[in-house]
Amino acid sequence: MQSVRSAHIRAFVAAAVGLGLVTLSACGSSSSDDSGSGGGSKTVTLVSHGSFAYSKDVLKAFEKESGYQVKVLKSGDAGQAVNQAILTKDNPQGDVFFGVDNTLLSRALDNGLFQPYEAKGLDKVGAEYQLDKDEHRVTPIDSGDICVNYDKAYFEKKNIEPPRSFDDLVKPAYKDLLVTENASTSSPGLGFVLGTAAKYGDSGWQGYWEKLKANGVKVVDGWEQAYYQEFSGSTDGKKAGGDRPLVVSYASSPPAEVVFADPRPKTAPTGVAEGTCFRQIEFAGLLSNARNAEGGKALIDFLISKKFQEDMPLNMFVYPVVEGTSVPAEFTEYGPAAKDPETMAPAKIAENRDQWVKSWTSLVLK
Amino acid sequence: MALPVAFFGVFFAYPVAAIVVRGLKADGGWRFGRIGEVLADSGIRHVLWFTTWQALVSTALTLLIALPGAYVFARFDFRGKDILRAIVTVPFVLPTVVVGTAFLALVGRGGLFDDLWGVRLDTTVWAILLAHVFFNYAVVVRTVGGLWSQLDPRQEEAARMLGASPLAAWRRVTLPALAPAVAAAALMVFLFTFTSFGVVQILGGPTFATLEVEIYRQTSEIFDLGAAAVLTLVQFVAVGLILAVHAWTVRRRETALRLVDASLTARRPRGAGQWALLGGVLATVVLLILLPLGVLVERSFDTSSGSALGYYRALTGDDSGIFLVAPIEAVGNSLRYAAVATAIALLIGGLAAAALTRRAGRLVRGFDALLMLPLGVSAVTVGFGFLIALDEPPLDLRSSWILVPLAQALVGVPFVVRTMLPVLRAVDERLREAAAVLGASPWRVWREVDLPLVRRALLIAAGFAFAVSLGEFGATVFIARADNPTLPVAVARLLGRPGELNYGQAMALSTILMVVCAVALLVLERLRTDSTGSGDRGDRMGEF
Repeated sequence: MQSVRSAHIRAFVAAAVGLGLVTLSACGSSSSDDSGSGGGSKTVTLVSHGSFAYSKDVLKAFEKESGYQVKVLKSGDAGQAVNQAILTKDNPQGDVFFGVDNTLLSRALDNGLFQPYEAKGLDKVGAEYQLDKDEHRVTPIDSGDICVNYDKAYFEKKNIEPPRSFDDLVKPAYKDLLVTENASTSSPGLGFVLGTAAKYGDSGWQGYWEKLKANGVKVVDGWEQAYYQEFSGSTDGKKAGGDRPLVVSYASSPPAEVVFADPRPKTAPTGVAEGTCFRQIEFAGLLSNARNAEGGKALIDFLISKKFQEDMPLNMFVYPVVEGTSVPAEFTEYGPAAKDPETMAPAKIAENRDQWVKSWTSLVLK
Repeated sequence: MALPVAFFGVFFAYPVAAIVVRGLKADGGWRFGRIGEVLADSGIRHVLWFTTWQALVSTALTLLIALPGAYVFARFDFRGKDILRAIVTVPFVLPTVVVGTAFLALVGRGGLFDDLWGVRLDTTVWAILLAHVFFNYAVVVRTVGGLWSQLDPRQEEAARMLGASPLAAWRRVTLPALAPAVAAAALMVFLFTFTSFGVVQILGGPTFATLEVEIYRQTSEIFDLGAAAVLTLVQFVAVGLILAVHAWTVRRRETALRLVDASLTARRPRGAGQWALLGGVLATVVLLILLPLGVLVERSFDTSSGSALGYYRALTGDDSGIFLVAPIEAVGNSLRYAAVATAIALLIGGLAAAALTRRAGRLVRGFDALLMLPLGVSAVTVGFGFLIALDEPPLDLRSSWILVPLAQALVGVPFVVRTMLPVLRAVDERLREAAAVLGASPWRVWREVDLPLVRRALLIAAGFAFAVSLGEFGATVFIARADNPTLPVAVARLLGRPGELNYGQAMALSTILMVVCAVALLVLERLRTDSTGSGDRGDRMGEF
């Protein structure tokens, strides 16, 4: 009966394959993106992390002006996206990568991820943002500040001044009030540690964290939990019974609290402790083996054009880097960019990062 | 056999091997020295120890809490049993990003435990353990309960007649019959908790890391692919061992037990003791499973503006950029991806099950266990592996939408195989031969003989694969795609931004996801219990 059996299997395969193909074709046609690899010179592909955001019509305008079709590929968080780009640098997924920040910049440059390109309009970008001035392998696109946010209502009720600086945070008045994130897995958590390292130096920051620990700093794993569960200043943190009126977040979080509230409050419920900020700058670069280098260059020019720079703030909650870009009222009113944030050279970050995170972990978490 | 092997080879073995090789090779030479280095690191050793310890304790706790539930679902009849069975399965198919958030409401600040006893468990190891019970409750209830409901109660009654005490009768008759199912369920729970990622990250706080969390850190934060490769191999060995033992228990279960129709063994509880047991199990389910899920629903309606549907309405509005489309479209994306993933999983899993039915032997049995491997390999490894392995024509799928359902199907296939295999093995070969002798073409034999017998099992397998695909988050988030996020990805993105509306929309989307999963599972329950009396064993769905 062997013949019956194998014929039977063949029939089953035929049926199954048929079913599969029908389903695949039915669904394939309804899928919105094509599966081409973007090899045509008329398509330019931008690779980025999951938080990259823009308005549709702004990109449409670029497509109309330049004649290129733009394809955007997003995945994972900033760290993953950079690592994926490095892994695939010989056969890249696109032409331009957006979203490498100053904490990861050295890793990208040392691995030869980008080729030099001096973007048109770079002269209007503030010099403090240009961290690769000599070779122009990356172009600054936006900046943001990692800062301590405070719950206005709490400090008004207690009649205490909210903290203003790193030094304030270790004072007894602010005991058991601060929640921050794990520096080894969270980007704002790392930024805050780097901020203290910039402020107190290679030898002083650990002593500062010992004081902070003694003053009852709480560490949770991720930003979501810190902000939405522990922090009493966010609407949802309040609902969850959060009892920490200080959280490590971004300078742009207060405007977001206003924009994403229904109904909108008259003033932001949270404020920024201005002397606790660490500056993050995000860059874009032309990938070393880009198939469509010309298109990629045009796209980078566009990213520092007035149109795109003005579109960014309310999409990504970041600040433009091009001088003279008008910033939405929500930003100027509820959360202006930090005046004098801590900064650190990318090479120094790359050199010390792993060691610092290790010592921070054993110091604060053990 | 060829197609499942090829699928498995191309979309799982090859990418994973590629990323491991990339990590262990440098400047043209192998660096096996890294293995010793990494394993000698005290931090890594601690991670290995903690991973094993928490998996063992989680498994023990899950069995302790879920076995009474398995008994109640197997032996008692009560109103709402189907709905309840569907609901306890929902956590298992939900993405951890959603469940973690819900669970915080139970054990975190201002949660139920906090209100009742002032106990807060978040960032303690207890939160991890309880959440693991919450996730894996259904695995035990389905795997053990499925078999229990088909054991003939008369065997135990006969032992009682012959003078055995209730306990002795249970120990000598029921327990030996159940043991392989309990072992299989325990091993599966151990596998899922050993490779736990989201739960540990969200609930455990920064001091706890499992192997999976460490692999993620080494890959995406530290970018030490060598260490990640070593840890991947370690996890591979561990998972391989677990699956080998599991395959052995599966075979033990297929030994001849006298099984009866489940509808004959369940009856209404009698006596105070049985009612108390039922009450206890229901209370556990309400507290442990319904409550966290209920919190999500409650928060999705809890707006500041006073209109309960505010967040749901916001979902349909054009969000400011992060998605380019209204978040609600993630529902459509998810359904589309899940449909394709289900088709792929059915095709591959069905063929694999058919091949495993027809052939015996060590190789085939090994293949059965092999198909389960994707359940135990870290998503970040598979995701990065896809990137460097599938980057050349004809397989340049990196930016293709098909990669997402393919990754989801990898997780769905084991469920399909587990569901189809017992049913296919139960089809009497002589029926097919008789049909063939009477002149039916092979195609017609399949249509007239096999299809009616396995149709329900196919539907059930499809439903499970569908639900699992809907909730798949790990691999999906690593695959670069144009802007068409799935539900879990959309939830994660919304949760990553400040502002009440973002959080509220995340809760609303989670609720929608939960309802879709629950409906899919409920339809299955209906299929399961709508017995056609064909003697098929379709009610062994979702068992391992």
